[in-house]
Amino acid sequence: MSGDLAAVDSPDAAPSPAWDRLTVHQKQVVWAWLFLAVPIVFYVVIRFWPTADAMWLSFTNWNLLRPAHFVGFKNYAKLFHDPVFWKVFRNTFTYLIIGTPVSLIISFVVAFQLEKVRFLHGLIRALYFLPFLTTAAALAWVWRWFYQPVPVGFINNVLTHVGLPAQPFLRSTTEALPSVLASAVWAGLGFQIVIFMAGLRAIPQTYYEAARIDGVSGWGILTRITLPLLKPTIVFLVVFSSIGFLRIFDQVYNMTTNDPGGPLNSTKPLVLMIYQTAFSSFDMGYAAAQTVVLFLILLTVSLVQLRILRDR
Amino acid sequence: MTADAVATAPAENTALLSMRAPRPGRVIAWTLLFIGGILMVTPIVFMLSTSLKDSSQVYDLRLIPAEPTLRNYVDVLADGRFMRWFFNSFIVATSVCLSNVFFDSLVGYTLAKFTFRGRYLVFIAILSTLMVPTEMLVIPWYLMARDFGWLDSYWGIMFPGMMTAFGTFLMKQFFETVPNDFLEAARIDGLSEFAIWWRIAVPLVTPAISALAIFTFLGNWTAFIWPLIVTTNKNLYTLPVGISSFSVEASIQWEKIMTGASLATIPTLIVFLVLQRFIVRGVVLAGLKG
Repeated sequence: MSGDLAAVDSPDAAPSPAWDRLTVHQKQVVWAWLFLAVPIVFYVVIRFWPTADAMWLSFTNWNLLRPAHFVGFKNYAKLFHDPVFWKVFRNTFTYLIIGTPVSLIISFVVAFQLEKVRFLHGLIRALYFLPFLTTAAALAWVWRWFYQPVPVGFINNVLTHVGLPAQPFLRSTTEALPSVLASAVWAGLGFQIVIFMAGLRAIPQTYYEAARIDGVSGWGILTRITLPLLKPTIVFLVVFSSIGFLRIFDQVYNMTTNDPGGPLNSTKPLVLMIYQTAFSSFDMGYAAAQTVVLFLILLTVSLVQLRILRDR
Repeated sequence: MTADAVATAPAENTALLSMRAPRPGRVIAWTLLFIGGILMVTPIVFMLSTSLKDSSQVYDLRLIPAEPTLRNYVDVLADGRFMRWFFNSFIVATSVCLSNVFFDSLVGYTLAKFTFRGRYLVFIAILSTLMVPTEMLVIPWYLMARDFGWLDSYWGIMFPGMMTAFGTFLMKQFFETVPNDFLEAARIDGLSEFAIWWRIAVPLVTPAISALAIFTFLGNWTAFIWPLIVTTNKNLYTLPVGISSFSVEASIQWEKIMTGASLATIPTLIVFLVLQRFIVRGVVLAGLKG
């Protein structure tokens, strides 16, 4: 396609008779495809082809050593019979089901209050926003240090200092996942807060004034004016943060390096399982099937959320 | 500017009122907000504080180190690995950022301002790539990089992100607000279409360009999983991957780990303190319009 375009155009060079004969609109069409040529090649080679390739690989037994053989749905059957997968599946949805509401409620409350504050407004906003700019892989280690047992860990030192029992945190199969999740929620709050504040500012003041004149209570204003008018922002943040929690990886990987996803797979999310299957076991076909499952999960969750939230 | 002035106006009103009669409710709300803010930066503050402590003082949880020392920084920076990783991250993030600014705005402009058959199809095709998570593509990308010899190279780290549907969509939204008259006038003046885009249209959407640049740079500066997969040579690690491998090596020397983490955080901190309003606005713009 770009081949015959190159023959027609070269508009910067001496204008050829062929180029001159084109109408203004035709010239624009040529320019448009010229601008799109490199990007189209990029999207085809770097996005579309790999997408198709991942789907194809998910039906093969390829492991880098032997040539790929079509095995039908064998990888998927293996996955659905793998108890580790169901553990991972549960973990992934636990990150989503706890992470999204908790982080959205905290960030809304903070944004709602911060919006009314003028004294040191910029400083407080900066305090909340700062974690968003940090590198998850680096700060995961800080959190990991915070969670250590008594002589080392900050949180346990504080707990024992005030007379509360020390907690095992990352060493316990029940506490490890919430501990990892807390660091992910922490890292995402700043973004959600500034987005919520932008949404709150976009609500015209006249609505509030009218409500106040009508004698609507503070709670009434919140539930009948603020939240309904904030819906586009809420929909965006729900979908955006859900995708983030379903794809959690950096924090888990770095907080559990001695036993990735441990203890006993209790923190392992799907992306970490994919990473291990592909780049520790080199079982590419099986890993590809897991990525297709991840894709379907993300798609389903986003569509369901959009459906529910838009209709309300 | 004006938008900001309008937006802060209501806050100012309430502040004026409360200055006369500070309502207890607002004071409590402010105090809680402030405490929450302090809690938010606690990990960062203790990371910095511990990086200034000697290994014997690590268990002493005082915020201000009894005998602050830069020894950890000297030790960690001594073998040059951190500088190398820092440099790698900088090159990668800057290159990807420039590529996105160029190509995403070019494509966004073309899709917003040209009429031609197939425009809608191209737009939908690019937008549809947003549905596919990068994790699904890492295996084919890895095989591609292996077959073309891109493993352990800058290009190998960068190539998947050179253009993004998100950036294209963001730029298209903004170019649509540019009046056609401006472009027509330039066309009559005899500017080439490329010059019209680069010299007329792009300067009119600088807020969007800077938002895209900030978002792309930040995303690539902190990117972890792809650089982890595509590099095995420690000299080509990016900063996040380097920090991770360094921390595993440092084992229980927490003061060294905190120093590494601080080295990754301090540059972003400084940039943020200098460009705070700008960055927050850019993130909001990219988040809302994208």
